[in-house]
Parts: sequence; structure tokens; C-alpha cells
Amino acid sequence: MTAVMEKADAQPKAGEIPSFDVTIKVRRFNPEGDAAGESHWDEFRITAYGTDRVLDALHKIKWEHDGSLTFRRSCAHGVCGSDAMRINGRNRLACKTLLKDINPQRPITVEPIKGLPVVKDLVVDMEPFFASYREIMPFLITKGNEPTKERIQSAEQRERFDDTTKCILCAACTSSCPVFWTDGQYFGPAAIVNAHRFIFDSRDEGAQQRLEILNDKEGVWRCRTTFNCTEACPRGIEVTKAIQEVKRAMITRAF
Amino acid sequence: MITHQYDVVIVGAGGAGMRAALESSKEARTAVISKLYPTRSHTGAAQGGMCASLANVEEDNWEWHTFDTIKGGDYLVDQDAAEIMAKEAIDAVFDLERMGLPFNRTPEGKIDQRRFGGHTRNHGEAAVRRACYAADRTGHMILQTLYQNCVKQDVEFFNEFYVLDLITDRDLATEDVEEGAEVNATGVVAYDLATGEIHVFQAKAIVFATGGAGKIFKTTSNAHTLTGDGMALAYRRGLPLEDMEFFQFHPTGLAGLGILLSEAARGEGGILRNADGERFMERYAPTIKDLAPRDIVARSMANEVREGRGAGPNKDYVLLDLTHLEPAHIDAKLPDITEFARTYLGIEPYTEPVPVYPTAHYAMGGVPTNVAGEVLRNGHDVVKGLYAAGEVACVSVHGSNRLGTNSLLDINVFGKRSGRSAAAYAKTASFIDLPENPAAAVEAQLTELRERPDGERIADIRRALQETMDANAQVFRTGESLNQALSDIRELRKRYQNASVQDKGKMFNTDLLEAVELGFLLDIAEVTVVGALNRKESRGGHYREDYPQRDDAHYMQHTMAYRRPTAAADEADGHIAGYFDHVEEFDGYKVVLGSKTVTQTRYEPMERKY
Repeated sequence: MTAVMEKADAQPKAGEIPSFDVTIKVRRFNPEGDAAGESHWDEFRITAYGTDRVLDALHKIKWEHDGSLTFRRSCAHGVCGSDAMRINGRNRLACKTLLKDINPQRPITVEPIKGLPVVKDLVVDMEPFFASYREIMPFLITKGNEPTKERIQSAEQRERFDDTTKCILCAACTSSCPVFWTDGQYFGPAAIVNAHRFIFDSRDEGAQQRLEILNDKEGVWRCRTTFNCTEACPRGIEVTKAIQEVKRAMITRAF
Repeated sequence: MITHQYDVVIVGAGGAGMRAALESSKEARTAVISKLYPTRSHTGAAQGGMCASLANVEEDNWEWHTFDTIKGGDYLVDQDAAEIMAKEAIDAVFDLERMGLPFNRTPEGKIDQRRFGGHTRNHGEAAVRRACYAADRTGHMILQTLYQNCVKQDVEFFNEFYVLDLITDRDLATEDVEEGAEVNATGVVAYDLATGEIHVFQAKAIVFATGGAGKIFKTTSNAHTLTGDGMALAYRRGLPLEDMEFFQFHPTGLAGLGILLSEAARGEGGILRNADGERFMERYAPTIKDLAPRDIVARSMANEVREGRGAGPNKDYVLLDLTHLEPAHIDAKLPDITEFARTYLGIEPYTEPVPVYPTAHYAMGGVPTNVAGEVLRNGHDVVKGLYAAGEVACVSVHGSNRLGTNSLLDINVFGKRSGRSAAAYAKTASFIDLPENPAAAVEAQLTELRERPDGERIADIRRALQETMDANAQVFRTGESLNQALSDIRELRKRYQNASVQDKGKMFNTDLLEAVELGFLLDIAEVTVVGALNRKESRGGHYREDYPQRDDAHYMQHTMAYRRPTAAADEADGHIAGYFDHVEEFDGYKVVLGSKTVTQTRYEPMERKY
């Protein structure tokens, strides 16, 4: 907890959860109505608690102030990937970002993730994102007969691609990528992460095909290693490293 | 209104729905309709594992797994179904591995297995390593793997489409359809969130895989989207709901938040302690202690708190202690849940115990089905062309208390079975004409909600519902508390009639859908409480302080709850005078309870001790 926060708490009674007031600035966009298609900022002042996340603040706005505020959410604890948004200029999951951790003394800005068409308020069209994902053949490819039991894989072989199995397809990485912002054709980090997950899986035999796909002019070579994606990933995946490993595999054909 | 025609329509794209889709889309033209993008489904939040007696690390067999499942469910399990699940578990795990699921591995490279609550060697001797897992992200890996294979198989999805009605050729909600008469499911009505358009899907076979209803409670591990949609749609159309009074409270929710911390934490050696640092589970379950089934652990925790041994400033939680485990072991086996403790409570599990308290987790009850996944409309007649699998369904493999990992197993085994059944049926069946205007009821409902003048906020009513359910129908229940819940629900139903939405738009109107979902929640809360009031015994997840004993002589029966018109008969199928004969009048309809016999094959009910 920051010094600022402790001051705001003003000695709560034992067991009482300290509260504080915070201003949330939300980028609004309504596809219908009088001001259809124009975006603007709305400000809301709400009371929050020490354990509240940005998602709680958005719910408070929707449930107590403005029912038309629109955003996606489901699990509310960082595993379903619904609520990636731009919070104070950085891509994060609203359900994993505690208000107290992002200086609630200043207004907190919330915008939709960039590079995908905005549908309404914080909701973007995810189809282009999922289309790139589908293109890299995100499934195990094997030849020959299926074993009757499990395929054998050593703990070390399993560990090789562990990091990239954590992806929840929230698009925080892809929509933080400056290359993706200017070139919507670029596969983007998330698709490459999911290609990595299979390329380095010892059971998989489709690496050549995936590398062919990613050798395209909109493939891995567009990556400028700005590390935005790694910073944005709410699952802590070393995204840039994974992209570099795919590039190296393309040159050395070793995976 | 836009109409579609598919051989098979699957409603829901979590584990059960996608497992069904992988089967049916090979055989029949299949569409999956999901209110979320498939990878957002709550299967992805499951953590600890999926049990199967692979015997990869120690001796095990499916018969032990069957027994544990039946005993875990306090003998209200249909034993034929439990046996099928335990047997088919083995292939279900191998299926997933061959689809690409990255399980943790043994030193020999086989699928690794670990201990989990209630899973034992030789009928209760000691905990057994039966749960196949991928760190504490097993559900995530299952959901991703199933979706990946749906992409591979080019399964057709309608994402962010909300199914709001089930169409049948006989109206069970209002007509008195005689036993044995043929009733067919013919389609569903869906709402496209992006555009606000209504879509009608005509189908030969329909599979409901819509998941649970945890949002009837305030403190829950469930996603915001788990609002009992499929259960409520079936119930409104006159189909019974089975055993809804049995709701599982998972012992280890993050205190105050309800976020799930896997039982795997205890499977890997974690210990529950009270404020005095005592390992209190030694008193409640001397043999398997912290790995007792969830109902027992949750009640023990709540009891510690009630008797003043809770931890924290308000003494309102207990502690999950992992501090004796090696940090490297925690990182390898429990990375996600330890991160939850850090992110949400600022607790470092390497060095500090984590505050935990029971959280509403899983509906054992649901839409009754047989082992082929066919939906029942009473104790024995199926609705032709209608199937259900996963948490929405009640087979019943979980009885009155589900064992940990058995839900991931259930969705795979019965998802596969219902997908196969649906496709096989669709190949032989013909389309049945839909009524003249199949979407009329849904359109009227949405228009009414949208155009209602300013009234009370949906969120306030929902919060009041969740609060009364937490206060009155949680781990401990009494006749008095349940009557309080019921009277609150009646009041909330009235308020719901006058509630309004603020967003009047057509496109991406989540305000409107939250209003629709609240209607589902009210239905599910109502039927849960009525069932709980009627069951004057304590069994598994249903604990009545005023009736603390299990009463096999009178209540070894599945509850079947029917919503009927006020004028309908007061006796439902399986009516047992004095025990399963309850009728609860509501404004404009009534809930009539009946029963269904529990299938018992190998195992005589015994006292449940661990």
C-alpha cells in the first residue's frame, strides 16, 4: 500500500475495510443514437475499497450510475481474458488491476484496447484477432497412428513450451504492439505465442507448416522487439522472447 | 428475425459444449451457440485436475474411483452413471492428451497424477494420486485444447449469441401432457448481442451445455456470466429440475472475494489452520484430514468461525498454510493460485498463510438426464432431440456433493456422450415444423424490458437476492432461514416486475441482458430454496441444522421440481406423501415437487466417515 493510501485510510476500525474516492474517466463510443460514431470522455466519481479492481469500479458505474456503460467481463479474476483494456495508457486486465495500485489520487483513464475496431464503449471487434490466431494452425498436428494411451513426453520437453501455454487470448499483447496498430495485417504477438506453443511441443509435427506461415511478410519479421507485448501480458508470458525463439527456429530450423 | 437450420445445435461453448461439438460435428451439421467467446467459458477457471484411475504413479482402479464418487455424493449418486464416468475417465484423459493437452509428466514421461479431496485407495484407506493435471491450470488447458480442436475441425460457432428460449412441439409448461406421450425439442431462439437481432435455430437435436448458476450467491467462485440460463429456460418450459438444493461451497475461496484457490493446494500438502494455528481438520476427518470432501471441509471451516476460532480482525476466516512447502514446489505446481493471493490480497504464500472461506462453487443439480445425455421430462420419459451435459445437467454422478476434479471429468465424459447421442439421433430424425412465430415470447419479453418506464435498478435487486442467499441458504440452513430466503425471493420477484434498464439501444446492450439474466437467477434461487425447505435432512452439500442427520428412510430420493400453472394438479411424478409432495404457490404459477428413484447397483449406503 502506498503512503498516499495510508493517509486516505484515516485509521479504520479493526476489520473495517478502508475506502477512498476515485475518479474514473472512460472513453465512450455509442454506435447508435444522436451522437452515433463520435467518441468522448465521461467522468465518474465513485467510492472504492482497498481490494477493488478497475472492473469493480466499472461495475459500480454501470450498476449505480450509468447502465449503458458497456464492457466485456466474465471470470473477474484474470483467467478468461474478456476484459483487456487500456488503463492509464497501458494494456491490462480490468479484473487484475487494483485501483489502489495505480494511484487513485489522480483520475484513472479507461479506454478500449487499440488496433481493433471499437464496437461500443470498451468493447472492440475481436474477430480480426481470432482470425490471425486460427491462421497459425493452433492445434496439435501429428502423423501416423494414434497411441492407445498417452504420448510420452519428458518433464523437460513439457517445460520447453510451458510459458506459452498460459495464453488466455485476451489480446492485451497484440493490441499493445505499435506494428499492429499501423498494420492490421500483422499476425501480432498472440498468434505467434500460440504458434510457439506448438512449434516447441515435442509431440507436434506441424512446425514446418507454421514456420512457413509466419515467414510471410506479415509474419514474425515485422516484430521490432519493443517489448510492449511482454509488458502488457497479464499472464506474465515472455512474449518477445517467444517471438525471438520463433525467428531463430526459422533460421536454424531447430525446434 | 433470421432463421437457421442445423442438424445439431449446441448451446454453450465451455468444456461440455465443445466436447459435444467435437463428436457431433464429425457426423452431423452442427452449430455451437455461445453467449461468450468459447475461450472465455468458466471451464477455464478450473484448476486442480481431472481424475482418472490411470495408475501412473500408484495402484488404482476405476472401481475405487466409482466408490469414492458415490460415497463423496453421500449415496445420492446414480451408481450406474458413476461407474460409467469412472470407467470412461481413463479414455477421456487419453483423448485430451492426444488432442494436445499439455499434462504435467512423471519422470517416465507419462501423465503425472496427484492427490485430491475424497479420492482414496481401496475404499477410503488413504488419499490416492488420481488427479491428472497441468499445474493449477487444468481447466484452462482443457478449454484451450477443446477450442483448438474445434478450430482444427472447423466447428461453426455463433459467439455472443444468447439463447433465450427453447422450442418444443408440446407445451409442457401449460398443457397437461400425459405420461409416455411424445414430446420433441425443435429449436431455440437466440439474441445476437452485437446487433440486437433475433435468430431462430431449427434443429433436429439440441444439446444444452450452459453451465452453472453460482451468481445466485454473493460470495462465489463463479463468473459473472454464470446465471443458470439453461436450467431456467428448461424450467420455464415445464421441464423439471433435479436436486437443486444441493449446491457446493468450495472450502478455499479467497476470504471476502470468493476467488477460487484449488483443492490442489491441499493435495500438494497445504494445511488449513484456525486462529490458534491448529490443524482443525484432524478433529473432523481423522483419516484424510484436509483432503476430506468439500462439503465436510467447508462445514468444518464455517464451524471453526462460528465457535470463535476464526482468524483475522473479525475472526471470520481460516488460514490456508503453504509456508512449509518449498517455494520451487509451489511455483511448479500452484503458480496461478499463489499469484491470486498476491494480486488480490497482497499476501505472499511462501511466508504467510492465506485467508480463506467457503465460496459458492458448483450446482450438483440441474436438468435431469439419463446416461446418454437425453433430457427427462419426468422420472422416466425423455424429450426427443433434447440433450444436456455438464453443470447444467444432473445425470446424477455428483449426488449431494461433487468430488473435486469430477466436474472436468463429467464435462468430458457426458459432453462426448451427449454429442454422440445428438448426432446419432439427428441422422435418423427429420426437422419438425416450428410454430408460426417462434420468437414471439422472446421479442415480447425484450421489448417489455427495454420499454418499461424508469424503475428500480436491476443491480439492486440482484444484490438483494445474492445477499439473502448468502445469509440464508449457504453452508448452514434451517427451516427458518430458508423461509426468510423464500419470502425475500417473492418480494424481489415483485420488484423485478417494475425494474428497468437504462440502455435502450439495440447494439451490444449488456444492460438489457443483465436484466434477462436476473430473471434466470430468480428462478434458480426459488427452486433451490423450495427444494432445500422440503428436504428435512442433512446430506452432502445440504446441511439443515434443524435436521442434522441423513434420513435414508425418507429422503434417499432425487428431488424433482416442476413449475406448473396455478390450476394444474398438485401431484407430480414421484409424489411421496409427507416427503416429496410439497407445493409452493407463487404469483401466477406454482412449484410442485416430486421425486425420482436413486439408482443403486453395487454399494449399500453407509455412514459417511473420513
